Amino acid sequence: MRHMFKQFLTATAAAALLATSAMADEPKRGGTLVTVITSTPRVLNPAVQSGIATGFPGAQLFASPLRYDDSWTPQPYLAKSWEVSEDGLKVTLHLVENATFHDGQPITSEDVAFSVDVIKEYHPFKSMFAPVTSVDTPDAHTAVINLSKPHPALMLAMSGQLMSIIPKHIYGDGQDPKNHPRNNVDVVGSGPFKLVEFKNGEHIILERYDGFFMEGRPYLDKIVMRIMPDSSARAIALENGELMLAAFEAEPTLIQRLSKVKGLNITNKGYGGIGPIDWLAMNTTRGPLQDKRVRQAIAYAIDKNFILKAILRGTAVEAKTGIHPDSPLYDADVNNYPLDLDKAAALLDEAGFPMKDGKRFDLTLELAPFPGYKPQTEYIKQALSKVGINATIHSSADFPSWAKMMGTLDFDMSLDSVYNWGDPVIGVNRTYMSDNIGKGVWSNTQGYANARVDELLQMAGTENDPEKRKALYKEFQEIVADEVPIYFLNAVPMHTIYSDKVGNPPMGIWGTSSPIDMTYLKD
Amino acid sequence: MDQLRSTLIRLAYAVMLLLAVLVLNFSMLHLAPGDVVDTIAQSMGGADETVLNQIRADYGLDQPFLVQLGRYVLRVLQFDLGYSFFYNQPVTSLILERLPATLLLVLSAQILALVVGVVLGVFSARRPNGILSHFVTFFALFGYSAPVFWTGILLLIAFSLKIQWFPVAGMQDVTVEGGFFAHALDIARHLVLPMVTLASIFLALYSRLARATMMEVLGSDYVRTAKAKGLTMRDVVYKHALKNALAPVITLAGLQFSAVVSGAVLVETVFSWPGLGTLAFQSIIARDTPTILGILFFSALVVIVGNILTDLALRLVDPRIGGRR
Repeated sequence: MRHMFKQFLTATAAAALLATSAMADEPKRGGTLVTVITSTPRVLNPAVQSGIATGFPGAQLFASPLRYDDSWTPQPYLAKSWEVSEDGLKVTLHLVENATFHDGQPITSEDVAFSVDVIKEYHPFKSMFAPVTSVDTPDAHTAVINLSKPHPALMLAMSGQLMSIIPKHIYGDGQDPKNHPRNNVDVVGSGPFKLVEFKNGEHIILERYDGFFMEGRPYLDKIVMRIMPDSSARAIALENGELMLAAFEAEPTLIQRLSKVKGLNITNKGYGGIGPIDWLAMNTTRGPLQDKRVRQAIAYAIDKNFILKAILRGTAVEAKTGIHPDSPLYDADVNNYPLDLDKAAALLDEAGFPMKDGKRFDLTLELAPFPGYKPQTEYIKQALSKVGINATIHSSADFPSWAKMMGTLDFDMSLDSVYNWGDPVIGVNRTYMSDNIGKGVWSNTQGYANARVDELLQMAGTENDPEKRKALYKEFQEIVADEVPIYFLNAVPMHTIYSDKVGNPPMGIWGTSSPIDMTYLKD
Repeated sequence: MDQLRSTLIRLAYAVMLLLAVLVLNFSMLHLAPGDVVDTIAQSMGGADETVLNQIRADYGLDQPFLVQLGRYVLRVLQFDLGYSFFYNQPVTSLILERLPATLLLVLSAQILALVVGVVLGVFSARRPNGILSHFVTFFALFGYSAPVFWTGILLLIAFSLKIQWFPVAGMQDVTVEGGFFAHALDIARHLVLPMVTLASIFLALYSRLARATMMEVLGSDYVRTAKAKGLTMRDVVYKHALKNALAPVITLAGLQFSAVVSGAVLVETVFSWPGLGTLAFQSIIARDTPTILGILFFSALVVIVGNILTDLALRLVDPRIGGRR
């Protein structure tokens, strides 16, 4: 380790000397990237498990038909080209011909059809492949996905960790793919790296797959993913060079501190795909919160700038809607409820909650069991007291207790953090559709029902024309902003921190949840 | 014969107790709202309700409480601790994978705390009002009262960041190449900080007790006799007094063993030490009942073994104990 640190120092010095020519650096082969994940993934097979813990190793082990750059443009990956039929009901994938699984077997359209079947049946995000009726395999390298209705979300659903192509000859043996023994050991993948060792609580070691179909890639020989749950330990390891790259760091103080460390680089690029947003959820089915004016008053009473500047220390980008600010579908022009206590008071009076002895009504405010939510929650309590709303903070023992409460609409208000997962159809609809009320954590936990919103989301989900689609989502965002079932606060300040030694860190919209086959180590 | 019978009865009690602990904890965990499937949903970034219900059905979590409890107890009686819902692995193999790391940490920390504690205690007992004595008292109380994760992070900043002597986290560096000794050395380097952190809590107890008992022993008649015979202070302390002063310390160490094991939970988390502590922490957060109960079971075993070892050690320093029965 010390030796490595010396290398790292020389690399830093060299990088400083060659600052101008560094941009033109040629990627080079070789080396071990030491990186980190914060918890042990349940399963390494992304076809049956979503989430960021599985995503990083999963996207290295398994390839998907498409990949995305940093501007939301699909790029060829396992599919060298693709086309969507005129009526939008057929999506044809032309697969690369030289791709093989880690055991040398060719990757064919049969495997694509099989993977779609498994994902459709077992993946947690049902909406990704719900309209898929069948997959035709006219030849070994052509797969035709048949749809019951146009489904533009399929493009993003075919990228990143969401559509991993898994080998039929391994997972098609009749065992339950969810609990398949090969999900964690002897994994035979299709991606740029193969599994060497997975030790629960300790590390995941991946090694370059020499038979990878993309010429010359991946550049790294090895990836060591250490499992380190403690953020202070991760920060120190980044500082002393034991770790070269860490993704998903979202602690404002830590980001601020590490941004001053020489030799480390920090970026918030690479999180638009996963699209995490912090917001204040309100239960629209009970008490004063049933009234839209009360919810608007709450939005006016909260000073979002205080949260962004003082609590999050400028590390987070503001979010005004339920679509991540990085997304091309994001509408930045919706009503943003700037701090206005008079307006808030007027709205509350109008709603029939006059001030009596300095108080209008009581509410509970849940302290969600996520790290770092306490300051925001306490601030909101205090901000609401200024307009006569007496919020009592209630904290849950752990995540399941909180999730149960949210999932059954047994709460008034709570901060929450919900992810977009690519297309709105996958991660946004679930929060607003009236047929998804109270179906567990991160369903429509607000009890929000608006027929026009249902209709807009339905239409946008089947609209293949990008401009028309954007217009539909714009109207949706405007309605939600007006009715405030949720007051949106900020994009979760996730950052990737990497040493000067790392070239081409993952910056596409899926960040580390996509292959890092272009990442390399500088001399 | 009597001895055998009483041992058997004790053993039976222990088994009953262990079973009662498992049933009680199973019930308490069941009482809390929500279940492990919620944390599985969390790890997935949310999931469709049908998927969650399917997972509940897979693990039998949709069954009535008594059926779940009955199934669990039946399995435990067949020496099967069941399946971890969260990690999709048999609990026994999950725990056995982690046990060596915890044993290494806990035993080395306990030994370090004992040895250093006794040495410091004895030194300060010889001059109860000397500078060294005050220094030891201060240091011991500091270690005892500082939160263990704080001590850990402080040591990390000092010895991993400012002076880079020791690695930050984990038990080994997978990039180290070489034979057995290279790896052993690597593990030893990783062990130092967590071991010192864990030992720091118990150092205070042991050194204070060693100091007190040593002072008491030094005031007793036989020590005065030994001194009167003209023995040097050093001989008196190490040949006569020490063994007698040790017995209470060892008794305390035995009693504290369970505390050391639970202290390991925090220390392991701070240092990403891949032992039972991190596993316990994660499975409690995940509400992974079979794993939590399995760890309770193994921790109880570790504590029992620890107590037996304490008994043996006591007999070594005080031969009278063996003859009492």
